[in-house]
Amino acid sequence: MTGTAASPTDTASVAADRGAVAEYALRLGDDALIAAQRWGEWISRAPELEEDVALGNIGLDELGQARSLLSFAGSILGRTEDELAYFRSDLEFRCCHLVALPRGDFADAVARLTVFAAYQLELYSALLSSTEPTIAAIAAKAVKEVRYHLEHGTSWTVRLGDGTPESKIRMTAALDRLWPYVAELFDTDDLEQQLVADGVAVDSSTLRDPAVGRITAILAEAGLELPSAPRVRGGGRVGRPSEHLGYLLAELQVLARQHPGATW
Amino acid sequence: MSESAGTANRLEREWPLWEVFVRPNRGLSHVHAGSLHAPDTEIALQNARDLYTRRGEGVSIWVVASTDIHASSPDEKDSLFTPANDKVYRHPTFYTASDGVPHL
Repeated sequence: MTGTAASPTDTASVAADRGAVAEYALRLGDDALIAAQRWGEWISRAPELEEDVALGNIGLDELGQARSLLSFAGSILGRTEDELAYFRSDLEFRCCHLVALPRGDFADAVARLTVFAAYQLELYSALLSSTEPTIAAIAAKAVKEVRYHLEHGTSWTVRLGDGTPESKIRMTAALDRLWPYVAELFDTDDLEQQLVADGVAVDSSTLRDPAVGRITAILAEAGLELPSAPRVRGGGRVGRPSEHLGYLLAELQVLARQHPGATW
Repeated sequence: MSESAGTANRLEREWPLWEVFVRPNRGLSHVHAGSLHAPDTEIALQNARDLYTRRGEGVSIWVVASTDIHASSPDEKDSLFTPANDKVYRHPTFYTASDGVPHL
């Protein structure tokens, strides 16, 4: 950009950048949206009413993040948040496989909450200095929310891991089931690297050590081992969705698709 | 028989009850907000945050095990509270303001 006037090529590259920013916002927003849907499933199914409310609130926090991120992506793509949430197929979603995993038992919920919150805390903390003001602003709000999610997940991890023999067995099994899906959170690719160079995005691979460090410390307090199960392939960020995503979307989208534009 | 045993078992397994006190933004003291179930103090505080401070109601939360609250009995209402009403000098309305204190 040393010339005095912008050439058509420059304009195109700027436009491509905005497209990449939108794609990045979709990745973050879809993670939050699908996580929110799964937390919502816990209402009436947690061990006690109080925990229904706790997980429901966590879902609402994620939903708030999803709305902000999808609105932002939509402002670039010329679509509304509802169009992005309700009228894309599973192949068009950009969420990781971890958030789409079936609900499982309460130990699965605790494992997922702890691991995903540790990742999101590192992610949003790093995005506070994003050069994209909207992303930095969303991160500033979200970082406080996910810090609480991690606190809640930590409390339960310690109680189940260091509770009864039964709770320890179930917590260990839940972590083993979850672990193959954790590596995908820290995958990076060309699109992300391009935005890292612009200062918009954070390099996901740099989040691994601090996030796994947090998780390791929590598991140590709970008397649990870090699982060592090999990773699954992933691909949620590039249109190879989890096999569970389609079923989740069917429930998430049915009302909007059957009654487009419905309000109450 | 089996039903009452089941109920007892359920009650035994149920998380203990906690009373929640929230200090409002513009208040000086904690006010009783309600109660909740939780397995221990730390989770009780987290649940209290979710149930009673969702709309920014407070700046501080106390939780107290309900079993640690000792309450007066409704049967003692008369002996505890009624005498206050016929001791008129305990109420500020008993006293007249002096002429020399116009702003009282």
